[in-house]
Amino acid sequence: MKKALKNPGVQAFVASIICIILGLLIGYIVLLFINPEGAAESIVNVIKNFLTWSRPNKKLQQFGNTLAKTMPLLMCSLSILFAYKVGLFNIGAAGQYVAGSCACLYAALAWGWGWLPCMIFALVAGAVLGAIVGFLKSRCNVNEVISGIMLNWISLYTANTLLTKVKEVASPYTMYIKDVNPSALLPNAGLDKLFNKNQYITIAVPLAMIIAIAVSILLSKTKLGYELKATGSNKNAAKYAGMAENRNIILTLVISGALAGLGAAMLYLTGYMRWECTQSSVPGMGFNGIAAAFLGGLNPIGAIFSSFFIQHITDGGQYVNTNFYSSQISDLISSVIIYLCGFVLFIKITMNNLLAKSEEKKSRALKVSEGGDK
Amino acid sequence: MLLLIQYTLIFSSVLVLVALGGCISEHSGVINLGLEGIMVIGALGGALMMRFLGTSSAFVMVLLVMLAAMLFGVIYSSLLGVACINFKADQTLVGTALNLLGTAAATVFVKAINTAANPDDHSSEIEYVRARKMFIVNINGFEFNWFMLVAVLAVIFVAVMLYKTKFGLRLMACGEHPQAAASVGVSVYKMRWAGVLLSGALGGLGGICYILAGVSIWKFENGVAGFGFLALAVMIFGQWKPYRIALAALLFGLFRALSNTYVGFPALAALNLPGNVYNMMPYIVSLIVLAFTSKTSRAPKAEGIPYDKGSR
Repeated sequence: MKKALKNPGVQAFVASIICIILGLLIGYIVLLFINPEGAAESIVNVIKNFLTWSRPNKKLQQFGNTLAKTMPLLMCSLSILFAYKVGLFNIGAAGQYVAGSCACLYAALAWGWGWLPCMIFALVAGAVLGAIVGFLKSRCNVNEVISGIMLNWISLYTANTLLTKVKEVASPYTMYIKDVNPSALLPNAGLDKLFNKNQYITIAVPLAMIIAIAVSILLSKTKLGYELKATGSNKNAAKYAGMAENRNIILTLVISGALAGLGAAMLYLTGYMRWECTQSSVPGMGFNGIAAAFLGGLNPIGAIFSSFFIQHITDGGQYVNTNFYSSQISDLISSVIIYLCGFVLFIKITMNNLLAKSEEKKSRALKVSEGGDK
Repeated sequence: MLLLIQYTLIFSSVLVLVALGGCISEHSGVINLGLEGIMVIGALGGALMMRFLGTSSAFVMVLLVMLAAMLFGVIYSSLLGVACINFKADQTLVGTALNLLGTAAATVFVKAINTAANPDDHSSEIEYVRARKMFIVNINGFEFNWFMLVAVLAVIFVAVMLYKTKFGLRLMACGEHPQAAASVGVSVYKMRWAGVLLSGALGGLGGICYILAGVSIWKFENGVAGFGFLALAVMIFGQWKPYRIALAALLFGLFRALSNTYVGFPALAALNLPGNVYNMMPYIVSLIVLAFTSKTSRAPKAEGIPYDKGSR
């Protein structure tokens, strides 16, 4: 048991569980504070999400919806954790996601492209935005968080302007892909049958998981990954060792942006959602990606599970008792979880200290008992 | 034209207040990326005061609303203080969390209050038509807002505090070389806490100023549209110096004001650009400005690094 607790992977897992429990607890307290009557039921519904449905078929279908939305979130969290491993905080993932949405929807609706070119176009759009942040960071020393935020807003307004050209006349939403250009919808490849014919389950699901594994391999097993991480931990040392540190920073943000842009295609090309051309805030997917990345212990495989969890409680928000509460309670819970992730380092250090102390005690007790024998 | 000046001044006031908050915090060595969230919570505090305070005295109203916004900002910024000063957490991560939490928490609370008052009301809006009039003095069509005066006073106050008082100089030492400051008996933790709490007060004040700038009803789901980050850009452009920050804020305020008033200028309206282009302006300008000014940055040397007594 104690040996297992010393393993950094196990420690990260325990720390994440502590963050989740505390986050849910704080959410529960907020609900109690608003109205004690339905608080327990509502927080349980948030945790249960699709399990609140009683019919198994409906359950399966709702599970599919959550899974379909998990994939873009996973891509955003991969984008953020990849950049973070290289010492960059890519909060611009939200904007790169917007750029991807805009690119794939515009290509699908205005130009009638097929799904694969649309997807690649979204990837390129995200990568270009990432490249701008990377260029500003490496050449002009602009803090990537601030330039990222600025680009988030610029891309939001650009997307609103461009997508207005392909919106429905009577509503602020873009047209349905299935009516205008069905060839742009991602293929299901038979996966929809596993989820009670949920048409939103597409090849995006296995693709995102494969990319998560690929990112994991890239970071831990390749020369490029090693160089990128070295640049992240000390830019000057990396330069001294003959690595192109400026190129590495730009390359990191290009890959990171591409991941986020591709994530957008994985949602919008399923037809699950349409773009609202009058929206006045940047979609939360990129920001939730931060929560998922840190909750997953900054590990690509961990991100698969943490993304699902974050999406699970975000969807669960709609099952609260709306007579008293609002669905934003799940945004509150996930932001509390991000805040608590800041304490993960402290939790790990405390764990190690406790382990060291108990070991010391044991060895001392052992010595005393040996001394007693003599 | 008058309208453009009016909007420029009021948006500059917002940016000045928040940027000064960021400036104090960074001089003490803590990067406060949570200003956006602090603004939202400050705005919430002020808006609640406007909604529930039934006074007819403009002076009492203005004073209490400002105090409420500052108090909310200070309390909220202490979350950043605990995590970043005492627990050495990643300042970027915690700041981001505070931004997300600010909007989410404000939405949940305002909706709960609205729903409690009227079970059919699920909006996240607070309305303050009557209270807003108390903040404004109409001078020949120019709406003077008391926050414009507060912003000017804040610039002078912060400049004097940082450069002329013992407290300010010690605070700046903690952002440049905390170990050196500690060696002559300055408590780095206390100074950093002071920096963070002061930035909370100014951020909260900026938040309430922002929602009072142009409208009489505020939807808390919208947050403050990146203004906290624009203020940080203003701070960098102002090279962390109060007077320069004030000038930088005027420039940024002008571009923000254009998006509210471009319709009134025949020359601009004739260009027939979509409104979104003007909405984008402040963000584009800040990117360009940052690209040209960040190279020779005068940022406090130890900002963003958690204080460790043992390191050199």
